[in-house]
Amino acid sequence: MNSGPAVELQELYGDYPLDHAYDEMREPSGDVRPAYRALAEVLSRLPQEELQRRKQSAELSFLTQGITFTVYGRDEGTEKIFPYDLLPRLVTSQEWDHIERGLTQRITALNLFLRDVYSEAKILNDQVIPRDLVYSCKHYRRQMRGLQVPRNVYISVVGSDLLRLNTGEFVVLEDNLRVPSGVSYMLTNRRVMKRTFPQLFHSYGVRPIEHYPQLLLATLRSLAPEGRPEPNIVLLTPGVFNSAYFEHTYLARQMGIDLVEGRDLVTHDNIVYMRTTDGLKRVDVIYRRVDDDFSDPLIFRNDSILGCTGLFNAYRAGNVTVTNAFGTGLADDKALYAYVPRIIRYYLDEDPIINNVETFLLTEDNERQHVLANLDQLVVKAVGESGGYGMLIGPHSTAQQREEFAARIQANPRNYVAQPTLDFSRAPCLIGDRLEPRHVDLRPYILYGDKINIVPGGLTRVALEKGSLVVNSSQGGGSKDTWVLE
Amino acid sequence: MLSRVADSLYWMSRYLERAENTVRQLDVAMSLMLDSGGASAESHWQRLLAALGNPSGLEWNGDAASNAQKLVFDKHHPASVTCCIDAARENARQIREEISTEQWQRLNRLYHQMHSPDTESQFPSNINDVLATVIDAIHLFKDVSDTTMIHGQGWHFIRLGRYLERAYAIATLLEVYQPHLLHAPEGEYSGYEYLELVGLLRCCTAFEAYCQVYTADLSPDRILEFLLLNRDFPHAIRYSVDGVRQAIQSIQHTGGRRPPDQLTASIGRLHAMLSFTSISEIVAGDAAAFLHIIRQQCMGIHDLMYRYYIQYSIQSALAI
Repeated sequence: MNSGPAVELQELYGDYPLDHAYDEMREPSGDVRPAYRALAEVLSRLPQEELQRRKQSAELSFLTQGITFTVYGRDEGTEKIFPYDLLPRLVTSQEWDHIERGLTQRITALNLFLRDVYSEAKILNDQVIPRDLVYSCKHYRRQMRGLQVPRNVYISVVGSDLLRLNTGEFVVLEDNLRVPSGVSYMLTNRRVMKRTFPQLFHSYGVRPIEHYPQLLLATLRSLAPEGRPEPNIVLLTPGVFNSAYFEHTYLARQMGIDLVEGRDLVTHDNIVYMRTTDGLKRVDVIYRRVDDDFSDPLIFRNDSILGCTGLFNAYRAGNVTVTNAFGTGLADDKALYAYVPRIIRYYLDEDPIINNVETFLLTEDNERQHVLANLDQLVVKAVGESGGYGMLIGPHSTAQQREEFAARIQANPRNYVAQPTLDFSRAPCLIGDRLEPRHVDLRPYILYGDKINIVPGGLTRVALEKGSLVVNSSQGGGSKDTWVLE
Repeated sequence: MLSRVADSLYWMSRYLERAENTVRQLDVAMSLMLDSGGASAESHWQRLLAALGNPSGLEWNGDAASNAQKLVFDKHHPASVTCCIDAARENARQIREEISTEQWQRLNRLYHQMHSPDTESQFPSNINDVLATVIDAIHLFKDVSDTTMIHGQGWHFIRLGRYLERAYAIATLLEVYQPHLLHAPEGEYSGYEYLELVGLLRCCTAFEAYCQVYTADLSPDRILEFLLLNRDFPHAIRYSVDGVRQAIQSIQHTGGRRPPDQLTASIGRLHAMLSFTSISEIVAGDAAAFLHIIRQQCMGIHDLMYRYYIQYSIQSALAI
């Protein structure tokens, strides 16, 4: 490969900065990494107008398809297009093999952990994990104790967030074991991308992801209650005001199953039915996109109108499968996260293939002292929150915010963890008419039914604001298509 | 099919039909106001409102263009065209997985078009074009529905909503027009009276179709006969009631429950009334009452259908 494209790209790059963070496209010397060379070449040949035209046509396609999400806490214009970056993020097949093995190992162990905690609790008796940590978790559900779940699978749909450190190594930042979202963006990004760069896509040999809905359906079917050979599978959504509503409709449609809301369901004699124009019809499997708290007012929050009264009893009776199971949020608690390497060693007797990010537990005196003294360099997160809410990013915070957080930590140390501020990897994005590096993460989607399946790819989320480390869509993040190469 | 989904399809369709009807009637009223010699602009506006069911808050303010603008674009008025389109889209959004991508994109584009500041700013100088594009978009949506959606139960609920809304709207329109129509002076029509009759037909896109059946010789009882009793013209009440009847039968054949006797009877009665009554009987009798009964029957059919397919009680469902 000659250095021609790199020279011609100079104009597009402008002052594309390279520093100690890993750049997905360029090596520290400035050379384009081998996998990205064909992309760089295409970019150097495309006239600026053509690039902009493709960008606009991609954006228009998202708008007319109604691919939007809802931002909470604003009245007007609550429906937003999910910002999309035109350039794909590339993952080589070696990198992907590593990720796939690592996530399979991790999810297997976390599922064993949930099964153990909700049955014999050996890991607690062996004092590998402090009992307090489990029982003080707000996602721990005592109702799940001793309950037999189909195939012993608690977490059938998972999205784990990976970051790449400056060494080039991938690490897991968090596991989303409750109701992970974003997979519809992975699928629609791919569709738009194939239309935007058809030739390039073809020449790269990208592994397909389009079969995700079929895999999900097969996963759900494999978890149906015994004696229901033709199970009626439904997707339970909180409704049109939920931020991921587009995704719920998209997946239901792609799988050809009914999208139900709590008000469509009734239970009678521990059987769940849905109201149809032909009377009541029995429901066998529920792919649940409603949080535990809101699923059944009889068992969980009694002020919820999103769920279905009596659902949990029907579930306990084994007449309906609900997945993910209740109480799985225990295993993605941010404090328990620190113990995942120990969980993997305990159940599988293996070293973790993908490492964790170093995490300080604020319940430990010495770790808390260290964190309080270094708040300006650390990221502090509330353990039960997600979506980038309830976070302090030390280097970007004011003294007043740090004082506030210090007070909150001291008042309730169990509620927070701290991690070093990671300079995770950046990928080139088309910002205006220039390429600029932005921080990215990667969320692959893991399905667990009769076995574990991971479609090659995932959602690459981008912190579109310059210098920002927050990739969540609710906080100004966008996304990119992710190409796993053959 | 889920009852909630059937409900949303039904209302999506009703709201679009309502938007189309409002736009068409507004278009006719605006063009009648241009001709001198007839009734005042205000009285045209009053009649338009009456034919739309007298929505409050849209009273004549002295300026036709600003009145029309409010009727088309007022986001906060439930009778406005924009509001009907919003409601149709909101229903569609809640059942995004049930309709085809093409249907959704078509409706979504119309929604964005109605909310674009350009559309509203162009309106006063370009009323006809803006109204025509709305009608075009709705026609396109209907055709896309017919060609891209499976003709299963959901599609029949769409047709049910469309024809019930249409039968009701035409009955309302005729009820407003009929005193004027049937008590017109004998003899030749003045140019202006002729325009009024053409206007009524155009409210139902019926002028050309009428001419094919009766020639351009306009007479009030023929117009009434055409819009009430014609069985081949899609914007006639009888045709629409046939559509309602077929939709209910098809809902049963595509997996819905057998309609209750009361519902079958109610539709049958309305259908028979329109099939076996001649226009001379209607004109000789109380035409206003006849039209009023049609409207009541339409509402009755809606209630029965709703209680049986959409909002039935659990006890009744478990008893079966």
